[in-house]
Amino acid sequence: MTGQSVQAIGGRIVGAMSPALWVAACCVLVVLVCAIGGGAVAPGSPDMQRLLVGDTPPSAEFWAGTDKLGRDVLARTVAGARTALIGPTVVAAGAFAIATVLGLIAGYFGGWIDNVIMRGVDIILALPGPLIAIVVVGVTGGGYWTAVSVLIVLFVAPDTRIVRSAVLVQRSQPYIEAARIQNIPRHRILFVHILPNVMPIILSYAVLDFAFALVNLAGLSFLGLGVEPGTADWGRMLFENRNILFTNPAALLLPAAMIVVTAGSINMLGDRIREAVAK
Amino acid sequence: MNRALIRYVALRLFTAIPLLLVISVFVFVLVHLAPGDAASALTGGRAISQEAMDALRAKYHLDEPMVVQYLRWLGDALTGDFGTSVQTRQPVVTAVLDRAPLSLWLTFYAAMIVLCAGVPLGLAAALRQGSRLDRSVVTLSVFGVSTPAFVSGLFLLYYLGFVAGLFPVFGAGRDGGFWTRAWHLTLPALALALSVLAIVVKITRAAVIEEMEKDYVAFARARGVPERRIMLSYLLRNAMVPVVTAASVIVVATMAGAIYVEITFALPGLGSLLVDAVRQRDIPVIQGATLFFSVFVILVNVATDILYVLIDPRIQFGKAAR
Repeated sequence: MTGQSVQAIGGRIVGAMSPALWVAACCVLVVLVCAIGGGAVAPGSPDMQRLLVGDTPPSAEFWAGTDKLGRDVLARTVAGARTALIGPTVVAAGAFAIATVLGLIAGYFGGWIDNVIMRGVDIILALPGPLIAIVVVGVTGGGYWTAVSVLIVLFVAPDTRIVRSAVLVQRSQPYIEAARIQNIPRHRILFVHILPNVMPIILSYAVLDFAFALVNLAGLSFLGLGVEPGTADWGRMLFENRNILFTNPAALLLPAAMIVVTAGSINMLGDRIREAVAK
Repeated sequence: MNRALIRYVALRLFTAIPLLLVISVFVFVLVHLAPGDAASALTGGRAISQEAMDALRAKYHLDEPMVVQYLRWLGDALTGDFGTSVQTRQPVVTAVLDRAPLSLWLTFYAAMIVLCAGVPLGLAAALRQGSRLDRSVVTLSVFGVSTPAFVSGLFLLYYLGFVAGLFPVFGAGRDGGFWTRAWHLTLPALALALSVLAIVVKITRAAVIEEMEKDYVAFARARGVPERRIMLSYLLRNAMVPVVTAASVIVVATMAGAIYVEITFALPGLGSLLVDAVRQRDIPVIQGATLFFSVFVILVNVATDILYVLIDPRIQFGKAAR
């Protein structure tokens, strides 16, 4: 794995992409544009209430209809791209930042410190994660950032395992032995010599973390525990619109489809990146 | 049943104890995680009379040090006393046992679908690696992994239940017989199965592909063993080892999925009991339900570790626990 250039990995990712992968990439791009563009992309204000209109099925004016408060479902779905991307990004980055430090230490030093870290990891992995997330977020009073923090803690465990095993592969390589003989300080070996070589693996798994976090955060919001009431968020829309499935199905099916399409596309790209890195 | 197996089972159950303790501490601490002090958390934030408050303080030993509180709570829990629901005044154990059958029904129904569809699909895709069938199975399984049960549930509910009118859209068929129940729970079980199915298909496919490269397959072919026999009795058994290894992931996914599915279809199971309790901050019920779920997951993990040893005789007793 050593000495893989970024270009080589990048080439393997883009080279000979199947049509399905291109579609996935386009979907992610669309969601990204919605998240960055926000109001400029949306057909109208996501928060404007039209109480006299109420919930209506799709029409020429509102392509995806309106919800109980008469808000434009399409505009809310576009606006929901933001919470769909920000939280998972923070979860993936946060979990891997902590896991990288723990994994480097556990993998490189071994011995008792490795034992302590990995037994902690085992315990977290044996817990029913999604259940813990629901209970902790619910009891502490909920909120988007509480949910994000709980997911970071739960994701650190599997991520630490991944980083540690990648570090173990590097540790036995001759270049590390050479660095040791030259009496290069340990922190330098860890962060300057080993880290760049395990980075591709970390990044490829971070993409998968992202997709998993997206689904989990949407689930918490679907239970009414994630984002604050009133936020335009795909999971929250499923919660708020649960009683109008038969009057305006688009109010549920559109955000539901967005969750699957976004998470699925990112998962597909993530699998591709992981294969390219592993070669 | 030989002696080594019994010893292994006992050892495995014994190693589950520390984990159970960690979970019990976590569940106990929940009371103190809630905003406000523990007493008001236990009343669900409602104003109650001074006598009732004093009774509550005495019941939960809130005036004593944390460690004493925990030990007393654990003692009560071990004898099956989790207190009473703040909302319904029902004993927590009664509420949990009342709701558990529906959740078990749903979970086993979904598990049957997963096993009956997931393993054959994974096998078929692996045997024709690179074919159109294989590629569509792989793509679908990637999307299946990314489809939470509440999303598949909504689509099934709308299209099969409402538009096509094939299945009931409401109720659990509690008063009916076996077939009425199965009828009512088909859509929920399907929704639950779809999200877990993808994991099983993915692992089965990868495992079969790996096994096909092994020497024993080539050797069996050279001996003229019929292909069907190689696949079904040699290869599939070995390929099942990674699937069983992933059992804990599968069980956790099924359980989380069941919570979402019960909410989506408004089924009165354990999952909706837990979520309702979480929404109303009904701490005793949350504690009881969380403990029940966690113990269930741990026991299933122990059971799969044992199954693992039975499937693959190469794994020695005691070493499989990793």
